Amino acid sequence: MKAIDHKLWRDLWRMKGQALAIALVVMCGIGNYIMFLSTLESLSSTQAAYYRDYRFAEVFASLKRAPESLRRRIADIPGVDRVQTRVAVQVRVDMPDFPEPVSAAVVSLPERGVPVLNGLHLRAGRLPAAGRADEVVASHSFATAHRLRPGSRFDVILNGRRQTLTLVGTALSPEFIQQMRPGSVFPDSKRYGILWMGRRSLGQAYNLHDAFNDLALSLDRGASVDDVIARVDALIRPYGGLGAYGREHQISHRFLSQELAQLATLGRLFPAMFMAVAAFLLNVVIGRQVAMQREQIATLKAFGYGNLQVLVHYLKSVAVINGIGIVGGIVLGNWLGRELAAIFTEFYHFPYLSFGVSPGVALEAILASLLAAGLGTFFAVWRAANLRPAVAMRPETPPAYRETWIERIGTKRWLSQPARMILRHIQRRALKSVLTVLGIALACGLILTGLFQRDTVGYMVYVQFGLMQREDLSVTFTDPTAYRARFDLVGLPGVRHVEPYRAVPVRFRHGHLEYRGGIRGFEPGGDIQRLLDADLRPVALPGDGILLTDFLGGMLDVRVGERIVVEVLEGNRPTREVVVAGLVNEFVGVSGYMELAALNRFLREGPTISGAYLGIADGSLPELLSRLRETPRVAGVAERRQEIRNFNRTMDESMLFFTYVATVFSVVIAFGVIYNNAQISLAESGRELASLRVLGFTRGEIAYILLGELGLLTLLAIPLGLGLGEWMCYDIARTMQSDLYRVPVVLEPQTYAFAAAVVLVSAVLSGLAVRRRLDRLDLVAVLKAAE
Amino acid sequence: MPSSAPSPIFEIRGLSKTYQMGEVLVEALRGVDLDLWEGELVVLLGPSGSGKSTLLNILGGLDCPTSGQVHYRDHDLALFDDTAMTRYRREHVGFVFQFYNLIPSLTARENVALVTEIASDPMTPEASLAMVGLSARLDHFPTQLSGGEQQRVAIARAVSKRPQVLLCDEPTGALDASTGVLVLDVIARVNRELGTTTIVITHNAAIAAMADRVVHFGDGRVVSVDTNAVKKTAAELSW
Ligand SMILES: Nc1ncnc2c1ncn2[C@@H]1O[C@H](COP(=O)(O)OP(=O)(O)O)[C@@H](O)[C@H]1O
Ligand SMILES: [Mg+2]
Repeated sequence: MKAIDHKLWRDLWRMKGQALAIALVVMCGIGNYIMFLSTLESLSSTQAAYYRDYRFAEVFASLKRAPESLRRRIADIPGVDRVQTRVAVQVRVDMPDFPEPVSAAVVSLPERGVPVLNGLHLRAGRLPAAGRADEVVASHSFATAHRLRPGSRFDVILNGRRQTLTLVGTALSPEFIQQMRPGSVFPDSKRYGILWMGRRSLGQAYNLHDAFNDLALSLDRGASVDDVIARVDALIRPYGGLGAYGREHQISHRFLSQELAQLATLGRLFPAMFMAVAAFLLNVVIGRQVAMQREQIATLKAFGYGNLQVLVHYLKSVAVINGIGIVGGIVLGNWLGRELAAIFTEFYHFPYLSFGVSPGVALEAILASLLAAGLGTFFAVWRAANLRPAVAMRPETPPAYRETWIERIGTKRWLSQPARMILRHIQRRALKSVLTVLGIALACGLILTGLFQRDTVGYMVYVQFGLMQREDLSVTFTDPTAYRARFDLVGLPGVRHVEPYRAVPVRFRHGHLEYRGGIRGFEPGGDIQRLLDADLRPVALPGDGILLTDFLGGMLDVRVGERIVVEVLEGNRPTREVVVAGLVNEFVGVSGYMELAALNRFLREGPTISGAYLGIADGSLPELLSRLRETPRVAGVAERRQEIRNFNRTMDESMLFFTYVATVFSVVIAFGVIYNNAQISLAESGRELASLRVLGFTRGEIAYILLGELGLLTLLAIPLGLGLGEWMCYDIARTMQSDLYRVPVVLEPQTYAFAAAVVLVSAVLSGLAVRRRLDRLDLVAVLKAAE
Repeated sequence: MPSSAPSPIFEIRGLSKTYQMGEVLVEALRGVDLDLWEGELVVLLGPSGSGKSTLLNILGGLDCPTSGQVHYRDHDLALFDDTAMTRYRREHVGFVFQFYNLIPSLTARENVALVTEIASDPMTPEASLAMVGLSARLDHFPTQLSGGEQQRVAIARAVSKRPQVLLCDEPTGALDASTGVLVLDVIARVNRELGTTTIVITHNAAIAAMADRVVHFGDGRVVSVDTNAVKKTAAELSW
């Protein structure tokens, strides 16, 4: 090894604590980047492969009933590649040993062969045999939740008739990566699943022999989705078509895309913060090293080392520190990525997910970290390397201290000499002080971003289910039903309160903006379902006009008092204008709301309801559920408590992981920044402090001067960090908001306290580490050494 | 050794150097004319602040003149760019500084190796340390050596590349008398045995007796030049 490289290693060894702290920050940055982006890449490529291999359709539509002959005409639409006609219905399922309400979508399979689109990936067993009306394949998650195996039997209510089915296989499908009950935004595989049956038997049960009510298309390359949708709509309209839609409105696809978009955002936000902190730390540490080694640099140059060699020498130590961080980061990223990918595989039931750190992602991470490190150090080193040796050999011009503005505004007489020293130190290295405050603030803020989701979820549950959807059960009828069905429900045992509702799928239009959604009608003055404004005050249903979820109002760019076009996608499909009477605040889903009678009038129908919300007496649930099971008109029953659990679980799975990761990482940043800053301050003022000791100052007094600076910066950083964290939370919440759900930013006081505490503890620990060195300050040596 | 050599190794004409110190201009050199000869040992004598170090730094390529000419053999040092300066220092010049300027993180042997590794025809670090009598201290770090030993390592480091010129800026400035003698003895020996042109700065007039010539410096100018008919050895100097 060359002599200059010996110097490199020994210098590094001497500052190993600081080097390690920086390497840890780099490691977290790289780890984060690799975790997020590799997972993202793995998921995206899995998604693409899955969609391709299992022929996921590109356009979807439901309709009332169309003859199979319509299929030809659809296939003739320019741009359409393949056409799949199916029978798809929502049914109630009776699971032996599971008393709670279960429902499922039943989707038909061709009698022979595999589906042309939306193929199945069989996990176990086989497809139903041709002509076997009693054989069924279940979605893998549903089967797993109920421990169903090929040969298991259960009952379903097909068009009001109970039928016993035998499970012959379990399967996955790209169409149902996430399985959500219509109207619900969270999957619950115990209470909702997908079943696949032969087309003939399913069709017969629903009078859809030689007919279909569900359509899926794939398109030719380059075909216009909008054109095809318009033409399909025109063709299916006479058959009760509900409006075709592209993949981007397919619920399972939407969920997955939303999740991937979030990963991409976080995957750039967090690593960028780490890289910035690493660059800053390297700048301070290497900058300090270079300053201390001015004379050594001059000596090297006096003996014929060139600027480049000197530059390379110092950049090598940057590279070593970074290298340790990079290697650690790749290992960490790989490990965390696997954990995260495992969470997603579990969540999305992919047939395969090969997680791997692609060289591209690793390279990107490495380059980003080297770039940050280079930016952080290059100029300090370059300046030093370029100093003329004769100049570098002379001690650096002593720093110009000045009175600080705090002193000048007249507080001076209250400040002790040590307090003045602290203030002047901070001012002299103003940039470093500012960056230190920012670095600590960033750590503090990062903790908030990790924790806010927990606070927020609690709040969302409270508002959504405690203030807005307060029913114990919600009952959905198989078809819109005459209003008097309400009285049948009132008569059931344990039912205390019934609030009927009408729900109808519509397309909202305002100018060129449109959104496929639904309108729900309630009776005014209801107690179970309430609508709230942004301040959580109840909003009364208008006698006329419509209320929109505020987010939907934003998507349609419509203000209160303006008119929107509502195109009903059911029945005789009226299209009419309606005034937006107000906006309501909701966290889950988006919808339009009208008074029940007004909605019935709008639909030109008599008093009709789609279902009802029930308030029930304690302890009456099992009895009531078994009675509801026997009511054929009831398509599904949902329990509020269950919704809350689903909600929490969905949030937990995707968010809690980030909470832990972010907390651990912010501790690393806080420690890295504070510890390094303390070390540098010690190196810079060691001489000064030793002189004070010689003058008779105690250890405690000089510690006060050194650590006082640190403490002051930390105290400045904490409120700033809490503000910064709040801002980052809002930013994250903003990127996560969609019509599926909006995450409000709610931060409990104890969360702020925790973030502040983590930073304070890091500061104290760093302070103690430096204090130990301060106590061992060698007074004689410091004073004796050559200037 | 003869006190005169055939040709000047350095030819200095009208050399001046000014430093900008904030708003004031410091004239460190105000027109120096001087010839230095191949193989001679010259002592630069003068009060503190008279410009000796400035001259030495310019001769060694650590600094460049404000005006005037400095010729090293056929080359005008004033015309050297940074790369040429670096090559000049690497191949031709050895430095010894008042505060040794050893690299604290390197052992004696490694401090010398630092230079031999980039030189074209160096001695081994061991040989040059043997020359200064430090064969027993090869693997000691600077902090484990006394001041005199550190300065001898610095001399070993400076001569290990067999430079044409050895520039010593107050080499005994930080040393006591007896240690200083030891160091000066090594310098004189290098000059004698390797024929290296050697310039030693001091403000200690007693040291002047060991030189071939003594250049008296004052206020940025050469005040006078004396030639010693007889050179004393370092041991004979009365400190
Ligand atoms: N790099 C520099 N910047 C500013 N002034 C300098 C610099 N180097 C030397 N000087 C000034 O030039 C004058 C001559 O200095 P120097 O050559 O070091 O004197 P000597 O070595 O004879 O004591 C002094 O006044 C000194 O302060
Ligand atoms: Mg000097």
